[in-house]
Amino acid sequence: MLGKKRVAIVGAGLTLFRRNLKETGKELCYGATKMALDSAGLTLKDIDSVAFGSAPDAFDGIHMKGENMVDGSGAWRKPFSRVFVGGGTGVFTADAGWWHVASGLFDTCLVVAEEKMSSCYPHPAYAFTTIFDPMMSRPLGTTLIWIFALEMHRYMHRHGIKKEQIALVSVKNKKNALDHPCAQLAANITVEDVLNSEIMCWPVQRLDISPTSDGAAALVLASEDVAKKITDNPVWIDGVGWCIDSTYWTNRDLYYPDYVEYAARMAYKMAGIKNPPKEIDVAEPYDPFDYKELHHMEGLLLCKKGEAPKLTAEGVTQRDGDLPINPSGGLLGVGNPIAAAGLMKVCEIFWQLRGEAGKRQVPGDPRTGLAQAWGDLMQYGSVIVLRR
Amino acid sequence: MKKLEDVAIVGVGCTGFRPLTPEFSYKEIMFEAATRAYADANVNPRKDIDAFVTCAEDYWEGHSIFDEFVPDQLGAVLKPLFTVSADGLIGLATAYMLIHTGQFNTVVVEAHSKASDILTFNDIVAFALDPIFNRPLGGHPYYIAGLEMNRFLHETGTTREQCAQVVVKNRRNALANACAAYGAELNIEDVLQSEPMFHPLNRLDISPLADGCIVLVLASSHAAKKLTDTPVWVRGVGWNSDTSWLESREWGKAIYAKLAARMAYKMAEVKNPRREIQFAEVDDSFSYKELQHLEALQLCRCGEAGKLTEEGITGIDGEMPVNVSGGALGMGYAPEVLGLQRVLETTLQLRDQAGGRQISDVETGLAQSWRGIPTATGAVAVLSREVK
Repeated sequence: MLGKKRVAIVGAGLTLFRRNLKETGKELCYGATKMALDSAGLTLKDIDSVAFGSAPDAFDGIHMKGENMVDGSGAWRKPFSRVFVGGGTGVFTADAGWWHVASGLFDTCLVVAEEKMSSCYPHPAYAFTTIFDPMMSRPLGTTLIWIFALEMHRYMHRHGIKKEQIALVSVKNKKNALDHPCAQLAANITVEDVLNSEIMCWPVQRLDISPTSDGAAALVLASEDVAKKITDNPVWIDGVGWCIDSTYWTNRDLYYPDYVEYAARMAYKMAGIKNPPKEIDVAEPYDPFDYKELHHMEGLLLCKKGEAPKLTAEGVTQRDGDLPINPSGGLLGVGNPIAAAGLMKVCEIFWQLRGEAGKRQVPGDPRTGLAQAWGDLMQYGSVIVLRR
Repeated sequence: MKKLEDVAIVGVGCTGFRPLTPEFSYKEIMFEAATRAYADANVNPRKDIDAFVTCAEDYWEGHSIFDEFVPDQLGAVLKPLFTVSADGLIGLATAYMLIHTGQFNTVVVEAHSKASDILTFNDIVAFALDPIFNRPLGGHPYYIAGLEMNRFLHETGTTREQCAQVVVKNRRNALANACAAYGAELNIEDVLQSEPMFHPLNRLDISPLADGCIVLVLASSHAAKKLTDTPVWVRGVGWNSDTSWLESREWGKAIYAKLAARMAYKMAEVKNPRREIQFAEVDDSFSYKELQHLEALQLCRCGEAGKLTEEGITGIDGEMPVNVSGGALGMGYAPEVLGLQRVLETTLQLRDQAGGRQISDVETGLAQSWRGIPTATGAVAVLSREVK
């Protein structure tokens, strides 16, 4: 079942992703917004509402960061609101844009996601020390890489997966990113390079992790009747889904992301998808760590539990494979300005379905694509299903 | 815009507001308000609720990615829940959109304040200022409200006595509201002789901080008719952001409130607000704000709000009662909950459940919020006993 109005994406924009951009957050928003509007042949006069997304204020050190970005996001004197679901924010901001239009309240919505992590000294990772429960976890000196190392370990142990199999994801995505003009960490590397890179928190090594980045992304959404006037080539948002699991991540088995499955089921139901591996032609699951791409492919029901490493080794997830995964280069290759990285994935599916992905274009005329992001304390899944 | 079906408020829950709540955590006050709201709507959150919207900002909470910590106490584990970094009334508008997509029948909205946990409130507010141009000016950021009040008094000819009358009225109204933290019997002299703070604001012109939580249950018209005999209909919502940039904002007028009201009135088919709105709950974070907002909402002519207040028109027995709840001045300034305070009172009045402060024979009321210094973001909802 669809919403009252079918919603189309009619334009997309993206800034460079870099470790330390000189632009302010507002300027990054402006860059992505301008590109998205230009690509749709629209101006701000055509925009009825703005859905904004950004992850922790602690990066920029700006309280009510969304309010600060109103001007840069083209939202001046318009209905503007910011959604925030941790790392899941990027894809979720597109979901938020969907309900602005699907509700019938607005004909158009500008979706903007921004992250400027480099303002946080001495390293953006410090912002993550305040995401833990102040009584139970913070006194342990917990870091983000710690808890993901626990999850990676559990995933490997449960299915008997080797680090070599997981490293293939990093090799593939960084190579895919060589074709992405905005990419920060594109590279030709080998499995050996990953296994020999600095150990961060076993089993996580440096080349298993995406970088910290600055950047912004934007989409223009329009209702069906308006979209048809703007473009002959709209991409439809046919399914959205999101789900949150318990705060108490210590009390559940980390080998499988139930919340991603629930979010995917919500989106698949809306889009009428019964057999995801057959019906999804191209996917951008969230890959801040290489094992997460595998973990999420399983959560998204794109393969059986524990089967994703095998598909990766067989080349099924390569750009020219049967189920191309992260043809953009993902977070590992393009970079990870958190909210902007999630929305970059939606932009990539939009370009892939329009046949506008250039050297990154997956063969076989893809018709249905999916993007997903993940966030909070290993507890949030956000999903979007797009169709040509 | 095509005509939309109405959405109803079918459950309300409130903890009451108090200056200090050291015996409760934010999780406990959320649980209490949610339990009351679910009992009021006679719903089981795990079975009967389709989506949850929580309203929070990281810096108020002292956590990064605060939405991590909300699902368990709301009964929302493995359910579609998300956070909007906004006032509760924008949360309500978001729930309204979700229901209008046709995908959600019942949506919960939550906002809470544990302002008493914030040791240096003014420093947190200062973090919302532009870090390069405005923050280095230093001082308590409420000076911005002082400047704005000065401009408003100058442009409209409103007097400080008229502003003080707002304080006297709202603090007195709060005496009849068991949820209010700051009920008091004052006179104009008390306000004018209270400690000067940010000229021309005195201490009693400023709403003092409070802790508390409000949860609402919203439902589609179809679901509402099954759940309750006393639905309160959301006939229109609107929200808008002017710039938070001090250099280019409108200082005398609340443009955001005017534009948000225009949107809500159009949706609610309100042509003559003064005649069709019988009572209003508007933002009164600072005494002058009630007057400025009444004018922006077209509930009176520009420059007239002070006189109407002096004449008692906005008193509980007047022709246009305003902030019968006590407003933020009487209930307490609870960041991000202010909009829901206004909605709660409007709902209770329309349900004939306001006890000793019940206004007789009311059909339609208005709730309005502002996000506080330094933002220029506000929202409006038109609520009614009858569908339009």
